[in-house]
Amino acid sequence: MGFGWRTRFNAPESFILALVYTDANYYKIIHMHKNIKLIIWLAVAILGTFALSTIALSRGESINALWLITAAICIYAIAYRFYAAWIAATVLTIDESRATPAERLDNGRDFMPTNKWVVFGHHFAAIAGPGPLVGPTLAAQFGYLPGTLWILIGAVLGGAVQDMVTLFFSIRRDGRSLGQMARDEIGVIGGTAALIGTFLIMIILIAVLGLVVVNAMKHSPWATSTVAATIPIAMFIGLYMRNIRPGRILEASAIGVALLLFSVLAGGWVDHNATLRVLFDREGLSLAYAIIVYGFSAAVLPVWLLLAPRDYLSTYMKLGTVVLLAIAIVILRPDIHMPALTQFIDGTGPIFGGKLFPFVFITIACGAISGFHALIASGTTPKLLANERDIRMIGYGAMLLESFVAIMAMIAATVLEPGVFFAINSPAGVVGKEAIDAVAKINSWGFAVTVEQMNQLAKDMGESSLFARTGGAPSLAVGMASIFGKAFGKNLLALWYHFAIMFEAIFILTTLDAGTRVGRFMLQDMLGNFNKKLGETSYMPSVILTSALVVAGWGYFLYIGVIDPNGGVNILWPLFGIANQMLAAIALCVATGILVKSGKLKYAWVTALPLTWLVMITTTAAYQKIFSDDIRVGFFAAANDLSTKLAAGALPADKAAVAPQLIFNQHLDAYLTVFFVAVLWIVIIDMLAVCMRHCAGKPVLPLSEVPHRPTQLDDLWVRD
Amino acid sequence: MLKRVSVLWQNIRQLSGDDAYERYLKHYAEHQAAQENLEPPLSREAYFKQWQDSKWRGMRRCC
Repeated sequence: MGFGWRTRFNAPESFILALVYTDANYYKIIHMHKNIKLIIWLAVAILGTFALSTIALSRGESINALWLITAAICIYAIAYRFYAAWIAATVLTIDESRATPAERLDNGRDFMPTNKWVVFGHHFAAIAGPGPLVGPTLAAQFGYLPGTLWILIGAVLGGAVQDMVTLFFSIRRDGRSLGQMARDEIGVIGGTAALIGTFLIMIILIAVLGLVVVNAMKHSPWATSTVAATIPIAMFIGLYMRNIRPGRILEASAIGVALLLFSVLAGGWVDHNATLRVLFDREGLSLAYAIIVYGFSAAVLPVWLLLAPRDYLSTYMKLGTVVLLAIAIVILRPDIHMPALTQFIDGTGPIFGGKLFPFVFITIACGAISGFHALIASGTTPKLLANERDIRMIGYGAMLLESFVAIMAMIAATVLEPGVFFAINSPAGVVGKEAIDAVAKINSWGFAVTVEQMNQLAKDMGESSLFARTGGAPSLAVGMASIFGKAFGKNLLALWYHFAIMFEAIFILTTLDAGTRVGRFMLQDMLGNFNKKLGETSYMPSVILTSALVVAGWGYFLYIGVIDPNGGVNILWPLFGIANQMLAAIALCVATGILVKSGKLKYAWVTALPLTWLVMITTTAAYQKIFSDDIRVGFFAAANDLSTKLAAGALPADKAAVAPQLIFNQHLDAYLTVFFVAVLWIVIIDMLAVCMRHCAGKPVLPLSEVPHRPTQLDDLWVRD
Repeated sequence: MLKRVSVLWQNIRQLSGDDAYERYLKHYAEHQAAQENLEPPLSREAYFKQWQDSKWRGMRRCC
């Protein structure tokens, strides 16, 4: 490649040109540049349209997963090149000459101009958690099409826009958080709503993720022992990094990853050892208690001992596995067996109740649009960016990558035979406890599966049973194991399966630790208003009290989820989805408000469009969750149904014992939903009022953007 | 080629925080050394403790 190619070619298509015309005369290229550029983008557009129509219009026969990948990559490329570039240049008017907070407030620690690829890595590692893996798996009950379309369109027009504009506004405001920006730009109400919303989402998110892990470990000595082993491994690495070889992170991580892989192998030995086996063969409830105790300890223990080393390990695992999965899918080009649409779009789906609209949009939050990202985009990332011109790559680009992870999760779920997929994911409360009943029920829906087939599959995967393993993790692991197994060696299926479980569990537990800790800080912050001592983050009684409160919060929902015969996921996941979309709507409200106040009313649709859609789906979903007569959708309907049955003595003894708790929980969930919607509408009305005042020429809170200061950085050394 | 590998390696080190102490020393030499009230730079161990604790203050991971 000729010297200086980077400065000449900035857009991705010029990168392709630079690769093709390595030795050609640069001036010749410049001449042809415009036409070739046009041809390349036309080709991408045609290929994308063709791939998309193939997946959308194919009926009856199975299609190849490569079509999904092709459609996704073409759509991302076009959106990144044109839509994101237009937003950056015209809507946000990014200013390359402006010094960023990283430069102005450089303290060598949290504010620090950093190489853009390093920032991209940090940002992506922070936003991509277990969400984009679980959501698409659950939404696959509608068929592969609705989820796939929502992941693609939602990310390109919603999620990536939200992440990018939030990052931009935060950079223009010294890296301030979403809550602070809401308070500064819209008012106290918006700021408080964002704060409370974040706290509640955290509680629900941790509970549902805990439930996913519990369901993956239930009666699986292999999975349980492997996941348990990750805790002492993380602690050993923590000690290594802190005391044995301080700060040698890569060295410690390499040892840790090797130990983790070994723990997957060792789990197999535990599984084959009769005495050790029983030690790790546990009921859901005792596993839930173990996770609650673990969550509390992790929040109280110093970060360096457990949280930080676990986070390193889970990040490497996550990146490695995602890359491996992408390679495997491209090598293997598996066929998708799930139909484009199933009959469950009518709301009778076994995994969760509710019609295609709005529930597919609630179920897939992360991967399409996730309010949580706004907290990262207004947290650590804006303090690292060396130049505003990288906002598109970090904000928009990282979200596209996360969306791509969601597409791969969708592929892993839909390459399974639909009968197998539903056998794994349907709770016992819907299809029955006995294998015969479950198979009969699934067959009656028109999906072929046999008891022998499921037993053989469980045996291949090294599990005792794969029926009713709800939560998405086991079916994703089976999907990944079959893809990996076919691509890299079939005799290792059980190993691949437990590797996938370990990979999911390790960063679910990281989210659980980190979330509990953040919840604790928020609670301490709030309590600090009443009692100064309680607000001190190092005051031990306060640490214990607030950690216990946060853990009790999510522990309660986790407990209810475990005792619920319908699996709990069907209640908790939609609640999480509504909460997460509500936070996204708040972030988009703040962004729309700022756009209008900056005199960019004619471009405000960029954020107002996804905002309107989110408000429609969250409000509809919440309305149905509250008022629906369908007992699998409406919280009150379910509670009333259960109390009637309980009063009539129509419930078997074990169900009657937990019924009062379930009834209470349904009521609680209903009120929580009402609260979420109320918060959302308060913020919207507040934002609209600010916009209308501004347009009418009345005074509003001033823009809190910091004044322009020219950059002093010769940015090439930090950026590239 | 060798240069690219070394750049990649630098990025990996920076991404993981492996070179955080070296960058701190550099930042110290450039900024703090010029100031009046000179405190000597932290030891590798002490710096790493502080760095790790400060990294986990706010929101770091999401769904």
